[in-house]
Amino acid sequence: MKPVASINLEQLCFVEGAHLLVKRALAGLPPGGRLAVSGSDPALRAHLPAWCRSHGHRVEQPGPAGDAVAVIVRGSADEDRWAGAERAGLPDPAGVVRQPPPSWGLAARGALLEAGGPDARFDLDERDLVWADIAPRLYAQAAARQWDPATAAGWDDDFTLPPEVEAAVVQVMTYLVENEQAALVVPARFLGRIHPHFREVAQLLAVQVADEARHMEVFARRALLRGTALGTSSVGGRASLYTLVAESDFSLASFLLSVLGEGSFVDLLSFLERNAPDPVTQRICWLAMQDERRHVLFGMAHLEHQAALDPGLRDRLRAAIERRHDALRDTAGLNEEVFDALVVLAAGSWSPQAIAAGHRRVQNLQQAMDEGRQRRLARLGFPPGEAAALSALHTRNFM
Amino acid sequence: MPAGTTLLMGAVAYDPKVVTIWEGFRGWLEHQGLAFDSILYSNYERQVADLLAGRIHAAWNSPLAWIRAERLAAASGRQVRALVMRDTDRDLTSVVVARADSPISGVEDLCGKVVATGAVDSPQATLIPLSHLRACGVEAIVRRFDVGVGLHGDHLGGERDAARALADGEVDAACMLDASHLLFTKEGTLTPGSTRVLTQTAPYDHCNMTVVDTAPRELAERFGSLLRSMSYADPSVRRLLDLEGLKVWEGGRTTGYAALARAVDEAGFYDAEGRITAEGYRP
Repeated sequence: MKPVASINLEQLCFVEGAHLLVKRALAGLPPGGRLAVSGSDPALRAHLPAWCRSHGHRVEQPGPAGDAVAVIVRGSADEDRWAGAERAGLPDPAGVVRQPPPSWGLAARGALLEAGGPDARFDLDERDLVWADIAPRLYAQAAARQWDPATAAGWDDDFTLPPEVEAAVVQVMTYLVENEQAALVVPARFLGRIHPHFREVAQLLAVQVADEARHMEVFARRALLRGTALGTSSVGGRASLYTLVAESDFSLASFLLSVLGEGSFVDLLSFLERNAPDPVTQRICWLAMQDERRHVLFGMAHLEHQAALDPGLRDRLRAAIERRHDALRDTAGLNEEVFDALVVLAAGSWSPQAIAAGHRRVQNLQQAMDEGRQRRLARLGFPPGEAAALSALHTRNFM
Repeated sequence: MPAGTTLLMGAVAYDPKVVTIWEGFRGWLEHQGLAFDSILYSNYERQVADLLAGRIHAAWNSPLAWIRAERLAAASGRQVRALVMRDTDRDLTSVVVARADSPISGVEDLCGKVVATGAVDSPQATLIPLSHLRACGVEAIVRRFDVGVGLHGDHLGGERDAARALADGEVDAACMLDASHLLFTKEGTLTPGSTRVLTQTAPYDHCNMTVVDTAPRELAERFGSLLRSMSYADPSVRRLLDLEGLKVWEGGRTTGYAALARAVDEAGFYDAEGRITAEGYRP
């Protein structure tokens, strides 16, 4: 039979990529199509048949005329491999499917998937449980606003605080690190459970984890900027945070951490930024606050999306707040040292009047936190009275 | 002979993947309604002996094991046939290569030189290429690399060691399968461009699924037709076909074993009745 195509590999050998030219030439032929191959690599007569065998192509000896080394009869293995292949949805986030199958696994959304392969079990695989349309936009924003802890604050700024004020800063920073630790662990635990089809949500949570890592770094660095010892960590504080880590439901964890916890934390960071006794504390609290706002935004967006579709969601959210409140009923709540430190920072001096003013400011902070929580609960559809009652059940530990 | 309707096949465990492959195929064959089981052997000699003794119905045989099975069968009044073979078992060649910078420019220059081979029982890296050299009139000093003896060259270790010896300048030439020369060059055992193919054998065939005439014919036929029906388009077997190194099971042919039979006789590896006569061969 007459070859329908031919290719001259010249000096190119199979060790240096001759197979690419052969594959390209074969791609234009139907199974059974014939390709005459010529070339001057001395090993071609050994390597060409060996390569063809392993790729399902047959090799025939060429006729006496011409300079072909061999004639390849194209096999059907390439077509066979891709028979039954399917696209893993559409690349555009607007086209995310309601429930991607486990077989799509780690493939890029929109990729052509060879049939077969393992079923990857990502249990958070329902769009309405994890998705928010704002996720791609928030991710882009988050990625663009990453800052470098080494240069984002003036670590070498020349300032010295009175020892008691410095101690108050150290105590608050110790508390912040502990809280950021929980805020890192919670999304990290869900990251590996989210179906990769919802890539932007995973990306956003990954940046959120990275945000918390930076927050931990800068708060710890500020705590040790002028000394060598950290402040205290109370049983109540740790117990409160651990209830966040223990929550295994993504929506409930997102609600408790982002909507209630980080929402309150934004107010706290804003308070610290306004009342910071030194430029470093002021700067790092401002930076962390920007990140935390984004975390709250995503938590809210994803729960609003879900609440619109699932009327039973609010019952579960309510139960989650109550359960957490009950679990923390016998704990002391906010570390007294932290509360006192906040008052000292807000007071700015040790005069009785200043302390009274500082105390009022901290009370105003708690009021602002409560109002913020109520606002967010209302946006999720809770009536005002219930929003107030639920906000009051939120942990006294702020986060 | 095993009773019942279970097709019993022997396979040599030259690599851990053999378990994966035949366990996978077993599941697929059972799903198609064929009762099938496999027995793993540590070497081909016992597998062939068991095939002819009727302990198994079929043996996934190396070409050398096929030669012995044929001879044992003829000597005992039995018959064996090649039921199927892989597409990749057809038309292999072996090459004898030298270093590109050596003064050896043609196969005739190998007279009296040291030629490295694979294991004593490797058809592709020892028996066939040495027979080919003899046919070319070359009497060389053979340096054998006996790795995985009893596995009939399925274990590439000896072949690779021969290639290493060539690269290290310990030998003048080395024998290997065409695909192994490509593999060794790609993986860096041989530096690209550092070797020259001195001679290449004519095409020959490799493994086949040997069945003995004591096996229930219908069962064996069903086994063969099911293997041949495996499609590379079927994802449930494609992974196994990839592991076993084929795209399609072809019918068994026995026209591609003459070169090996000749080599076996020349080397005195088996006698005409299939007895092992190779000196120092301890599988």
